[in-house]
Formats: sequence, structure tokens, C-alpha cells
Amino acid sequence: MTSSDRDRQISHRGSSVMEECGSSNAFLREFGCEQSLLSRPDGSASFIQGDTSVLAGVYGPAEVKVSKEIYDRATLEVLIQPKVGLPTVKERSQEQCVRETCEASLLLSLHPRSSLTLILQVLHDDGSLLSCFLNAACMALMDAGLPMSCLFCGVTCAIDANGEIITDPTAAQEKESRALMTFAIDSKEHKVMMSSTKGSFSVHELQQCIAVSQKASEKIFQFYRDSIRRRYSKTL
Amino acid sequence: MFSSLKEKVGQVLLPGDEFLFEAENTISLTGHVKAEKVVCGPGLRRSGDRVLVCKSGVLRHKQPNMFWVDSQQRRYVPTKGESVIGIVTVKSGDVFKVDFGGSEQASLSYLAFEGATKRNRPNVQVGDLVFAQFLIANKDMEPELVCIDSSGRANGMGVLGGGGLLFRVSLGLVRRLLAPHSEVRSDLEKLFPCELVVGMNGRLWVRSSSIQQTLIIANLLQSCDTMTAPQRQELFRRVKQGAL
Repeated sequence: MTSSDRDRQISHRGSSVMEECGSSNAFLREFGCEQSLLSRPDGSASFIQGDTSVLAGVYGPAEVKVSKEIYDRATLEVLIQPKVGLPTVKERSQEQCVRETCEASLLLSLHPRSSLTLILQVLHDDGSLLSCFLNAACMALMDAGLPMSCLFCGVTCAIDANGEIITDPTAAQEKESRALMTFAIDSKEHKVMMSSTKGSFSVHELQQCIAVSQKASEKIFQFYRDSIRRRYSKTL
Repeated sequence: MFSSLKEKVGQVLLPGDEFLFEAENTISLTGHVKAEKVVCGPGLRRSGDRVLVCKSGVLRHKQPNMFWVDSQQRRYVPTKGESVIGIVTVKSGDVFKVDFGGSEQASLSYLAFEGATKRNRPNVQVGDLVFAQFLIANKDMEPELVCIDSSGRANGMGVLGGGGLLFRVSLGLVRRLLAPHSEVRSDLEKLFPCELVVGMNGRLWVRSSSIQQTLIIANLLQSCDTMTAPQRQELFRRVKQGAL
């Protein structure tokens, strides 16, 4: 597998260009990814956005517990492991956001009566954690070779006290923000698959944030394509 | 008609990529008109006149109209007719349960061995390795294995003998090993004489004249996954010289 350093260099070139989008800019911190870095799971990936870092592992299609068996599709389970301690209510709600996004993009009916398990381990949290979960999840699912109808990525936007939109905020920027929103965006039509919001904002601001996120998602999808291409360059 | 798909052969595709087949507007009246059909292999799905990609990997093509996506996954999904190496886990009455690394265990009848009859049962114990092929592999049904071909011959299948080593590699490497005129295989043939059983489920079984040579082959094959062709040839050359 290629080293994450090389991936990060590439992404740095892409993300250092400031792009204007309406009144605000779709700026992402430098991001990087490494695939199939774990030997035991069927698919694994680590995703780094600035100082935020998440490790994802996918197991499946594997044997399912009779109590969780669904007769016409696979059972998807998402587990989020915090850096310290046990998962709390916050992790549970994030698990649900990630699971519903994955269920929408995976073709679960192709593996009935089997289980898919996605484990997301927080390595470091410096803001935009939910979007990092989504990106790591997508890369790990792709690495596992599970059938998907489209890809997805996560983008977090924060609105600060002056009404400026900040994409991919750090933990400090998140704390000072008036509103915080995370969107999952699909690769086909760049539509919103999932949204998770906190704080108060107007309808206009929401629409602006969605537009900025859609703009930023193009950069992430291009990065997905480049890193997969580099991965398969040895077997071309 | 398939030009959009053909020009992408050898390139990397991602889930969500789409190809549109539009029928030609003009039909030649004099020329020979034959309906063109496209065969979609793993990683491609047909939906009306569109072809959707559902796995990431390299697009491959075989004459005349066969297309598939070559991906490097690790979990095996059974397909009818493919040969796998399985481990017998349960022996109950007239069927064995075999673990082949998929989402459920496959069944293997005791009559599905060469020369087996109701009187003459094959000698299979729990924990034995079997090389078998899928008779039934269907997402809705329990997979079923057999150790005979359609004419009742073993044809290399059956229980694997002692003295070998079982290990796992990626499914992509297995397909590269089994491909006709495989470079990996021809490189390996130049090293030591060995017996290699390749299961499509990513399990390889190798036996050679000494334990040391068996281990060398296993380690070489496991490292082949992440090497380019020149790197691999360099490593094999060094092993042959006895440098490693």
C-alpha cells in the first residue's frame, strides 16, 4: 500500500487552493487516507483531516446472529469507539448517522442473511469528527469491495459569530461557532444524503452551507479517485 | 455501441460511475445485423440501457463483449463452479459442514466423493482440508460443495494430504495466479518444484520437498500482493541465488 505521506502530499496540493463559492470559501484542511492497513479485517482505512484522525475496519459479509438476521438484506452494524472510555449517547447518535448513510449507498440486498460490521476508532478529535467518520467509512467499505450504488463523503460547516461559513472547522472554531452542520453528499448527483445540525441558523444560511459543502465534496471525490488509482497502479 | 465502456478498459473505476448505451440511430440494410449483447461480470450491474459500477477496481474486457471489474477484496463470495479450499467443521449424518471463508458454511455430501457409495464412506475427519467446487452457490440458498466433476471423477479434488501448509492471500492475487500465462506462476515455477493448490476463496495450500522450502514459497506468495512485477522478479532472483 502507498504510504499515507504521499497521499497527504497530493491532497495538500489540492486543498491549499482557496476556492470562492458565493460569499464564503470552501476551504478544507489537508486530508489524507491509507487503505488496507490492517491485516485482520476484510477492509480497512484511516482518514486524516487536519489533526482529526479516524481508523475504520469493515468485516463482512459474515455470519449473522439469528436475532439480527434480516431475510432479504444484510444487517449493517456501526460501532464508534471513542479515544478513551466507553461509547456514550453522543457516539450512539453519530453511529446512527453513519449507519443510515452507509445503508443508503450500499446494495445490501445482494448479501441477504449476512452481517456487515463497521468499526470506527477515533484516533484524535480536532473538529469535523462526524465528516471524518463518513469519509473513513466510505474508504473502508470500498476497500472491502462491498457493492455500492454510489460513494459518499462528509463535509462539516460552521457559522461563526459574524455569519461567516467555515468549512472543515477545527475544534476551537467549532466551539466559537453559532451553528454547526454536517452533510453526507453522494457522488452521483451531489445531493444531501444525511444532515446533522446543531445551533440556530436561517433557511438561507442552510442553503448556503449545502452549496458550499457540495462544492467541497467534489474535491474529496477527486481525492478518492486519485488514491484508488494509486492503489491499483501496481496491477494495471 | 460499447465504445464508452471499451475506452475505459484498463482504467480504475469507482462505485457510482455510469455508462450509457444508446442504440445506433441508423441500421444498415445491406450489412449483416447482429444483436450485440454485453456480459457484465463482477462489479458491474445492468439497469435498462445503463451499466452501473458497484465496486472499485480496474475494468477488464474479454472478446467479444465481456466486461468486469478486477478488485482486490479479501472476503470471498461463492460463485457456482468455482473451486475452493475448505475446512471440515462438522460431521453430521450424511453431510459435512465446510468453512470456506464466506458468510455461511457450505454443505458437502459424503456421496460427493469419487468412488463413494452408501457402503463405502470416504474417510473425512473434522479439521481436514478439502478441495471442492460449488454445485450450488446462490445468495438465497445454502451453498453446496462437491468433490467430483460432472462425470463422477475426482479431477484433483478431495481431501488434501498431510505435510502441506495452508495460508491466505488476497482474492486478486489468486485470480492473477490462475490466469492463463500467469507471470507470478511462471516466476514461481523457476524456483523449486512444489505442489500448489489454489482456492478461489483466497486460500492457498503448498507442499514441497522440505518444510523450509514450503515456508519460503508461502512467504513469497504472501508478499507478492503488494509488489510490482520488477520488484517481484528481483526478489525471486535473490531467493534463487540463496541470498535470503
